[in-house]
Amino acid sequence: MDLKEIIKPENLVYKRTECLTDKTLSYCPGCGHGTVHRLVMETVDELGIQSDVIGVASVGCSVLAYDFMDIDMTQSPHGRATAVATGIKRCWPDKFVFTYQGDGDLAAIGTGETIHACNRGENITIIFINNGIYGMTGGQMAPTTLLGMKSSTTPYGREVELMGNPIKITELVAQLAGTYFVSRQSVHTPGNVRKAKKAIKTAFENQKLKKGLSLVEIVSNCNSGWKMTPVESNKWMEENMFPFYPLGDIKVEGQLVQK
Amino acid sequence: MGELKLMKGNEAIAEAAIRAGADAYFGYPITPQSEVMEYLAAQQPHKRTGMVLLQAESEIAAINMVYGAASTGKKTMTSSSSPGISLKMEGISYLAGAELPALIVNVVRGGPGLGTIQPSQSDYFQATKGGGHGDYRLLVLAPASVQEMSDFVKLGFELAFKYRNPVMILSDGIIGQMMEKVELFDPIPRKTEINEPWALTGKSSDRKKRVVTSLDLDPYGNEKHNHELQRKYKEMEENEVRFEEIDCSDAEYLMVAYGSSARICQKAIKLARLKGIKVGLLRPITLFPFPTKQLYSYTNRIKGILSVELNTGQMIEDIRLAVNGKLPVEHFGRCGGVVHSPEEVLAAFEKIIMK
Repeated sequence: MDLKEIIKPENLVYKRTECLTDKTLSYCPGCGHGTVHRLVMETVDELGIQSDVIGVASVGCSVLAYDFMDIDMTQSPHGRATAVATGIKRCWPDKFVFTYQGDGDLAAIGTGETIHACNRGENITIIFINNGIYGMTGGQMAPTTLLGMKSSTTPYGREVELMGNPIKITELVAQLAGTYFVSRQSVHTPGNVRKAKKAIKTAFENQKLKKGLSLVEIVSNCNSGWKMTPVESNKWMEENMFPFYPLGDIKVEGQLVQK
Repeated sequence: MGELKLMKGNEAIAEAAIRAGADAYFGYPITPQSEVMEYLAAQQPHKRTGMVLLQAESEIAAINMVYGAASTGKKTMTSSSSPGISLKMEGISYLAGAELPALIVNVVRGGPGLGTIQPSQSDYFQATKGGGHGDYRLLVLAPASVQEMSDFVKLGFELAFKYRNPVMILSDGIIGQMMEKVELFDPIPRKTEINEPWALTGKSSDRKKRVVTSLDLDPYGNEKHNHELQRKYKEMEENEVRFEEIDCSDAEYLMVAYGSSARICQKAIKLARLKGIKVGLLRPITLFPFPTKQLYSYTNRIKGILSVELNTGQMIEDIRLAVNGKLPVEHFGRCGGVVHSPEEVLAAFEKIIMK
């Protein structure tokens, strides 16, 4: 069977969603970014908001997110994405504004901007990728790096006495009055992708309510940074990341979920 | 004639922002410029014109809110004073790199570090030579009166959009805090439509997506972008040089001073004339672009130049570059919040320049 025979409408089972561009993703094979990009753009397509959405890329592996999303976007200085998004949203209160940030960006250098945007209750969506490491710069310790976890700046494992504790920023911002929806998901299995999609869609739909900020954390692997195969890294994530960063909704409709 | 009011320089900035049709102001309190945001808050600009006013959690957040708002094509500004402006420098570099129009007001106080809250002109280098990282320039306006604090807000927005470049109003604690009569310009309505072909308005089906970024990982692309920025700065040098000359036509000497120091020198040259010394005052209004050509034109007419600044000598370097060794150029100035008197300036002039 040659390619022409394969590429026929009746054989189509899966295709690129409209708002994703044709550009080849710059992410490592096995990384979760591509899946999350797709989920965010699927959401934009399903809500029919391409002409009303403005995205903010941050600094990290996803710095070039604007190359892969067929929407108006800007690129923020490291850590400042939620401040940039605040400026956009205050000027376009009826548009959908989202940031796409990693853990170094959101939970280390941008902690101040993150907490205050959340606390003010800016009507924006934050997509937060937590892979416990600085991926782009080559695998250094992140604020979210687990105790005992090895990185290029914790080559013998993170020790609390020397490097301090990992931060659960998502639980932290859930405590703030300005957050309306806070959820932690993953995209390493089809079931988890479906749950993540639902959370992301909710986080975008919430902007219409003008009741505060919605944040979805995606706990992701970083097979390159963790020095594992993609399969190994997903297993490691389940065994090590999820116990510390448990999946599920943390705050729904402005109320903390009781566990 | 426009409405006349007795106002503080900082208040004039704020009133002019509303009248200029600004869409958004993001700030953080710092002495000696806090009246800008206080005046705005009292005016409730969201009710007057629909203008956004937001007190940010830091100067860093404020300038990045400016970056976001500016990327939507709207008229956006912030104000601060020296230590706060240092914090904004990262964002200012991004604004310049992404070619976004914005207005930044620096009501300068003494440094370095926390320095002092008193007036100073010690941020000249920072304002005119870049300040943040990378090869970029701000268009810098230096008001010498409360009137110019008001007028330059309007002018600053015009220039920022004309060149898609951040514009800085480099004021200081004297101009910010003193009260003078000001004739306010008639209000300009806020823009109802965003027509800038680069602005983030949401990708409609009839156009391609727009991306506002300062990043280009292709070195040749980045070099090209830098050359494009330099072309723009060249254009500013050709078209936007502004200065004022007082008693210069028969002058044998020049004082060069900007902002509050120029006000002091206005009196100093009068005192000099009373003693029969023919001194003129050249006051640069734009610090970048600098009145280089105009200064050079004096090289075969006068005997020397005194650069009078509220610092230890910064603008003097631009004056020396302008006259290219053809004239003696010396500096006088008090610093750290100490303000020179006209008598002090004249005495220094006689001692340093006339010898």
